[in-house]
Amino acid sequence: MADPIHQFELKPILRLGHIGNTEIVFTNASLFMFGALGVIALLTLAATRGRALVPGRMQSLAEMSYEFVAATVRSSAGQEGMRFFPFVFSLFMFILVLNLFGIIPGGFTVTSHIIITFALAALVIGTVLVYGFAKHGLRFLRLFVPSGVPVYILPLVTMIEVISFLSRPISLSVRLFANMLAGHITLKVFAGFVASLGALGAAGWLGAVLPLGMTVALTALELLVAVLQAYVFTILTCIYLNDALHPGH
Amino acid sequence: MDPTAAKFIGAGLACLGMGGAGIGVGLIFANYLSGALRNPSAADGQFARLIFGFAVTEALGIFSLLVALLLLFVV
Repeated sequence: MADPIHQFELKPILRLGHIGNTEIVFTNASLFMFGALGVIALLTLAATRGRALVPGRMQSLAEMSYEFVAATVRSSAGQEGMRFFPFVFSLFMFILVLNLFGIIPGGFTVTSHIIITFALAALVIGTVLVYGFAKHGLRFLRLFVPSGVPVYILPLVTMIEVISFLSRPISLSVRLFANMLAGHITLKVFAGFVASLGALGAAGWLGAVLPLGMTVALTALELLVAVLQAYVFTILTCIYLNDALHPGH
Repeated sequence: MDPTAAKFIGAGLACLGMGGAGIGVGLIFANYLSGALRNPSAADGQFARLIFGFAVTEALGIFSLLVALLLLFVV
């Protein structure tokens, strides 16, 4: 059976030379990220260029994604959170398009690499920390000391809040990475059943219908997961940014 | 015990934790659905909270999957 991990292999396309001991290589991951940028730019710039009063199909798609992210930001970070809208919208579209690229057969899932998702999560948490300390100074630390808690359990609650804050970049990055990784491995395992049953002859062909149907159903599920995980990443980003905007509980 | 066998047994045991996350996610959606059927007009407004609860609960299951993956491929 084909190795289900093989699909996540980084393949060099263009070797760009060395910086120190680190080799700089343009890989298939870089290619797909540039592809995602191209698709997003096409959707947001070219599709809305007409500025029709009654939007066409592509323009409604762009407007709907804008309205969707704007409503998410407003509901979880308030009107003040709209200053982060460009950041949140870029994150959402980037992750969504990369996840959807992964569903295309033969495509490469960039978000199934922990280093990519961790870089995105570190960007979010870094923004929260820098903005929180810049806006509120040391009062930002009140985030860890909830008000209205009895004094004798306050140290314990503060410790829990600190641990919960520290685990945020890990959970944010690992959630997206593990969902994409596990989903695509499952897809490949079922697709492998089709191939190995099909090799058995006529009886195998009949048996292979079951895993083939399962692969189709799982692809639909993966489509749902791809959109859902992009949304989950966005809404958690908004909630964390809300902490930076309003640190007191 | 053979270290490789111990590794595989450990990975299998780590996956048990995902069952707990499965129960948790099921409870969240079940309670959302029962609440939404009682008061359908309030259901849409709580969708973001539903997804937030789902994500936070799911994270713990994902952590145990991560332990299993680390045992299989890294250790």
